Amino acid sequence: MDTLTGSGARAAELAARDSYGRLLALLSAASQDVAAAEDALADAFEQAVRTWPGQGVPVAPDAWLLTVARNRLRDRWKSAEFRRTVVLDTDRDTPIHLDDLDVDAIPDRRLELMLVCAHPAIDRAMHTPLMLNTVLGFTAEQIGRAFSVPATTMATRLVRVKKRIRTTGIPFRLPDRDDLPPRMAAVLEAVYGAYVIDRTETGPEALHLAEVLAGLVPDDPEARGLAALVQLSAARAAARTGPDGRFVPLGEQDPQRWDRRLIGRAHEHLRAAHARGRLGRFQVEAAIQALHCTGAPDVRTLLNLHLILQDLAPSLGGGVALAAVTAEAEGPATGLARLDALLAETGEAASRFQPARATRAHLLARLDRRDEAMAEYDLAIALTADPAERAHLRDLRGRAGSAEG
Amino acid sequence: MRYAVLMHHQEPAEGELSDEVVAEAMRAFDIYAKALHEAGVLLAAEVLQPTEASSTVVNRDGAVRVQDGPFAATKEALAGLFLIDVPDLDAAISWAGKCPAAQWGTMEIRPVATSFLDGGWTR
Repeated sequence: MDTLTGSGARAAELAARDSYGRLLALLSAASQDVAAAEDALADAFEQAVRTWPGQGVPVAPDAWLLTVARNRLRDRWKSAEFRRTVVLDTDRDTPIHLDDLDVDAIPDRRLELMLVCAHPAIDRAMHTPLMLNTVLGFTAEQIGRAFSVPATTMATRLVRVKKRIRTTGIPFRLPDRDDLPPRMAAVLEAVYGAYVIDRTETGPEALHLAEVLAGLVPDDPEARGLAALVQLSAARAAARTGPDGRFVPLGEQDPQRWDRRLIGRAHEHLRAAHARGRLGRFQVEAAIQALHCTGAPDVRTLLNLHLILQDLAPSLGGGVALAAVTAEAEGPATGLARLDALLAETGEAASRFQPARATRAHLLARLDRRDEAMAEYDLAIALTADPAERAHLRDLRGRAGSAEG
Repeated sequence: MRYAVLMHHQEPAEGELSDEVVAEAMRAFDIYAKALHEAGVLLAAEVLQPTEASSTVVNRDGAVRVQDGPFAATKEALAGLFLIDVPDLDAAISWAGKCPAAQWGTMEIRPVATSFLDGGWTR
């Protein structure tokens, strides 16, 4: 009763995505063939849509779907086409055998599926799209829009990469212990990739990957850290847009509009992560976000966290953020010096990096170097795609210019 | 699954490698091949003569033409291959990484599409 229609529908969508991902992971592991598993599962869903309205929904819908899909895969294996095209000995080489599957106790093989999606033999650029497609069931069209790629192009890439999984024999099993840390790092990167894409197309559901992963490896502090990071950022999503559609920067956001439930969940993840005593990039990023969510973050603590982050995982974005925080803690001149040092070091790529230009403009404005600030705002505005943020930068440019006299 | 693990590397010039270096490499290859054999995954191991010993053959419209030299004259040449039978790509990657040639050349892993065994092609 306490759930709003919106959150109820969202919960239903997530449950459907969870169930899709679990079934597909299991069928893929059994067939070593994602595309064949997808076809079989699609057939099962089709049959459900046809028969459930008349016969009623089965007591265990997932078990029903798995049984139908399993039969579809079996039919395929008996077909002549399969015998001609498949080199894999499914009796010998698969970690899961269809006949041994207990449909009443469906095991969760989504971690294995995520490891396949982020396998080193697969093009890095396809890790995140493949995960969104297989683990969460997003269509090529939705993923294409989120990555600003035509739907047909994304569909072709997905088909090609699934074929590659099959022909190269990428295994649906956990790697050996020595291989696990780098493989997990690639999985975390791919899940992080779902956090940075344009989610107007996939909705907040793309963020669910992080929660799925944290649930699969609850003892991995970085998976927990990543889930916390994603949730803390999502918690403030609504507050980022003002009533007039304008972009609202962090410092001016109304904390009342932050999602307390998500923030609470993120803190649970962070506590569990810290208990493992192994610090990593995502935990530090989440700690920075958590500090911002307190409303009035202590700038010294913030600066320290940014320094640790830039030490653990140096990045251009991290460097720009560090310069901005340095300006808060030690004054705009020190911040600008740090930023200019970073820009000199990184060169061309940095000059087209919007956050670098915008931060530099703010710092110049604060130092009252007006002409330079206005020119820098022009560069930042030219690099900004989001209309709300563009409007915000134009405001600031106007203020920087009119402060004269 | 069967995989061809192909060794590509620069071919040393005549006399470029000292006897000690060659002996050390042969020892390393011996250990590697025996490890593959003992794991029961080795089907064949072939180290090739340098590309100066290779000939290329084409048959166009019934005319067989032979040329001296390799198919592709590149800096790195196919130097040998291991044919292994392992469950999956991760196992193949693991074996390829242990090959001595991985330290100075590049290993390419190619899944076998079909094999002619006992008088017939596998499905």
